[in-house]
Amino acid sequence: MNFSSFIQYIASGTAYTLGVTLVALPSGLVLGVLFALLYVYGGRVVSRLMSLYSTVMRGIPPIVLLFILYFVMSGSVNLSPFWAGSISLGIISSAYQMEIVRGAILAVSGEQMLAARAIGMSTLEAIRYVILPQTLRLAIPPWSNEAAIVIKDSSLVYALGVPEILRRAQLISASTQQPFLAYISAAVIYFALVFIANRLLARLERRLTIPSNP
Amino acid sequence: MPKPILTIKKLTKKYGNNVIFHDIDLVVNEGDTIVVIGPSGTGKSTLLRCVNLLTKPDGGEIWLDDLEITAKGADEDRVRQHIGMVFQNFLLFNHLTALENVKLGLTKVKHLPEAAAHEKALAELTRVGLADRADHYPGQLSGGQQQRVGIARALAMDPRVMLFDEPTSALDPELIGEVLEVMRNLSLEGMTMIVVTHEMGFAREVADRIVFMEKGSIVEEGTPDDLFYRPKYERTREFLWKITELYGKKEAKE
Ligand SMILES: Nc1ncnc2c1ncn2[C@@H]1O[C@H](COP(=O)(O)OP(=O)(O)OP(=O)(O)O)[C@@H](O)[C@H]1O
Ligand SMILES: [Mg+2]
Repeated sequence: MNFSSFIQYIASGTAYTLGVTLVALPSGLVLGVLFALLYVYGGRVVSRLMSLYSTVMRGIPPIVLLFILYFVMSGSVNLSPFWAGSISLGIISSAYQMEIVRGAILAVSGEQMLAARAIGMSTLEAIRYVILPQTLRLAIPPWSNEAAIVIKDSSLVYALGVPEILRRAQLISASTQQPFLAYISAAVIYFALVFIANRLLARLERRLTIPSNP
Repeated sequence: MPKPILTIKKLTKKYGNNVIFHDIDLVVNEGDTIVVIGPSGTGKSTLLRCVNLLTKPDGGEIWLDDLEITAKGADEDRVRQHIGMVFQNFLLFNHLTALENVKLGLTKVKHLPEAAAHEKALAELTRVGLADRADHYPGQLSGGQQQRVGIARALAMDPRVMLFDEPTSALDPELIGEVLEVMRNLSLEGMTMIVVTHEMGFAREVADRIVFMEKGSIVEEGTPDDLFYRPKYERTREFLWKITELYGKKEAKE
């Protein structure tokens, strides 16, 4: 077997890798934004809860959390490993995305909130029309880092038996006794995915940049 | 009989045990321009914030026309629509163009249709002399222009009263004039305004009354002539001439 057939075999797992990422990243974003808003605007008790959530989730290795969430989910609802794994990774990522968004909110809020309230907006309207549009722009660079992490962490679902890139690399490594070639192929594919994602996000960032004089 | 628009009765504000001001009484009549002066930390900004309910007072009442806006259950968001606020640091919405800044309140708060909001926003920008900058973002405008957009944004809501918190003190001296010019015109058009400023030239020219605050209370209020030439308290005279000299010098130097 040559390198190109290795790549081909392993690359056929890319669909799973992308699938896991495309479920985990957006669900983590939705939860992350929601949690960040609750953290900043939710009042004392809610804010404490969110802080606790963030600390706990970020204090445990993703693979451990993945197993815990997977067994909780497969015990209660009947989800395939793909869905359970993807959603679990989304939940894990939500804690990190929450911190990214929270940082951006804190950078924007305060005075912008004051200005929005001063023209008669409610807090919710201010968040929607003034705070979030600026926050999300500001969050793109650190978010792009988190996107890379989620792409790479999607490899964790191999432990649940989802035939994504790493799983396939493992299989072909075992069957051909060529681990180096197998894992190098996987590395090349992961790198390409992360590279492309970063490029796309950098482009998005440029497109959304608010014009200003130098 | 002049008609009071804004009546402040025995207003008190504390942060913790720290009394910022206490028992402030102030009546602002329709069309009045009131200039508030006083040393730093006296509570001028806090007073303005209380008036448009961005900060909750600890005692006293504020009436806007015949409505007690400090009453329990007052619709605060609604009250704020009727009280325009202009900030020292402009606080434009950075992600929106000048026109969109002025338009946002019209579409999202007043729920005007798009075309009407556009027209009104453009008219307000024209009023402050910035129609040709409608599509510029705050980062592309000078400080003076940003502040004029800030004024247009507040005016667009058709407020009963306009509050200005040191609107020119963050500006380079050469940009102060264009903002004061807009404010002077507003005052002449009969807008009711409370202005915290150290621009004594402006105060003497357009203020109906000057209010001198110090250490959390109103020391003295009266017409510019009263305060400059016939102050009741020596402290008022001292302060007025001190800031006139301070800020006058800065103007002359440029
Ligand atoms: N959120 C707050 N919490 C606690 N103290 C505050 C708060 N905001 C203002 N203060 C205090 O209230 C006092 C009055 O502040 P304020 O900003 O109203 O004064 P000012 O007259 O506007 O002064 P300046 O001329 O410097 O703008 C200050 O001592 C300030 O430290
Ligand atoms: Mg102040």
